[in-house]
Amino acid sequence: MKKIFAILGILVLAAAAFVAFKMFQPIPDDLDLATTRATDNGHFMVTVSPENAAYQRNTLHTWIVEITTPDGAPIEGGEILIDGGMPQHGHGLPTNPLMTETLGEGRYKIEGVRFNMRGWWELKLAIVAGEISDNITFNLVMK
Amino acid sequence: MIRPLALGAVIGLAVSGAMATYFYLQSNGLNEAELETARTLSLATLRAVPADPSNMVADNPAAIALGEALFNEVGLSANGAVSCATCHVESRQFQDDLALSKGIGTTSRRAMPLRGVGHALWLFWDGRKDSLWAQALGPLESAVEHGFTRSEVAGYIAAHYREPYENLFGPLPAQNTNPASPLGTAAQQAAWAALSAEQQDQINRIFANTGKAIAAFERTLLPLENRFDRYVSALLAGQAPTGEAALTQLEIDGFKIFAGKGACVNCHNGPRLTDEFFHNTGVASPQNPVVDFGRLEALAQVEADEFNCLGPYSDAAPAQCGTLRFMSRGEHLFERAFKSPSLRGVADRPPYMHAGQLATLPLVIEHYNRAMPSISGHTELEPLGLTTEEKAALLAFLKVL
Repeated sequence: MKKIFAILGILVLAAAAFVAFKMFQPIPDDLDLATTRATDNGHFMVTVSPENAAYQRNTLHTWIVEITTPDGAPIEGGEILIDGGMPQHGHGLPTNPLMTETLGEGRYKIEGVRFNMRGWWELKLAIVAGEISDNITFNLVMK
Repeated sequence: MIRPLALGAVIGLAVSGAMATYFYLQSNGLNEAELETARTLSLATLRAVPADPSNMVADNPAAIALGEALFNEVGLSANGAVSCATCHVESRQFQDDLALSKGIGTTSRRAMPLRGVGHALWLFWDGRKDSLWAQALGPLESAVEHGFTRSEVAGYIAAHYREPYENLFGPLPAQNTNPASPLGTAAQQAAWAALSAEQQDQINRIFANTGKAIAAFERTLLPLENRFDRYVSALLAGQAPTGEAALTQLEIDGFKIFAGKGACVNCHNGPRLTDEFFHNTGVASPQNPVVDFGRLEALAQVEADEFNCLGPYSDAAPAQCGTLRFMSRGEHLFERAFKSPSLRGVADRPPYMHAGQLATLPLVIEHYNRAMPSISGHTELEPLGLTTEEKAALLAFLKVL
């Protein structure tokens, strides 16, 4: 009886593991998808949000970036350079997004973002404000 | 104490395993993630052809009719025998089954099929054009394709298509039909240089409008439903795929390779089965010492093209030219990079790759499986390690598309 249970248990475990393996895409489970984060060296707090949350694969879309000090004071006169790509594929963005507008109150417009594949994308921002520069990488999942 | 715990764990696992297996069988062999991937590849998710603000007649029925006539017009060629349809044959998925196409002479690349081309972000294998209408102008003036000049195009339109043209675009100015083009032979270039700026502009405008009418027609060429679309539609409707919607287990296994181990879906994604982008996959030049750097050389060409979205013959406001304005210039990426073609109907149109270098689908699968280094630049491929059974399944799936 014990043996039967043990064998049954192993078989079921194997089947469950197989299905689980097939079911999950290789995007890391612990990926930080927060859209408000501190920059690498803690100089800024940055929030990114798509202008249209329903953006689709392979269409150009616009993002709004909000930059403040750690205390929440808006950063004016900042500049943003954009990079990114798919860490699991080893390639960059298919476009060259640019900061095209300063919207005031620490808000900036980035145009020209496009994701040409499903999966895990990184959006890397290099932020320069006066004497201070700092970087931040956001994780996004294109469905 | 331990035995009931172990028993509970076994029963728990058994229940979860049974549920997962039940779901797996319910979706006819596809798990949830695979079913979602299948949905994104099916025609059901294809949106309407996106607007082309650079072409004010893109969806005009009269332009579509004129464009269809011009698409089939052999008069728009140096020998009176070459039309767009020469290399884009309707009964052959609008391609010509040749490794290198033949117009007046022999081209250096393979003709691409046209169904769904209205969705393309970049045109030609290297994306040196940013709209369908600008693309249509290229072959007309290519010495090995139509072998025509823009002044002759303008003259031919005035002589043979005056009424439909003027109804769409307004009065045609009087034309000088001597062969003249900034891209032609030395004599044609000299004739072009001898024209006034106003005459050049008039000719360019008629030439661009010719492309816009042809593009309007090409935008109506839509992808056709295939067996995979029917299979996915049935699954999404909660029905068991039967009859024309059924796939064999080998074909389903092939889809799983396509979407999984084979990583085909990375670049061949969406309902057109292309990411509309450029990749170096280590495909050899068709014959040494032919050198074709692909996208790398097209970056400057599309930017300098007077017929691009930002140029004087575009109907778009600069803000509507995002594809060009935010074009990636990562030169290191683009050496020998070529556009991912749509895979719809792929099994029916060998040979493969941008110059027909690979004669059969098994050779294509082997190319991706081995992932040889690129002659120059860097291939994006990694060896796949597919077994013979996996290759056979992938091949079976490609025939479904």
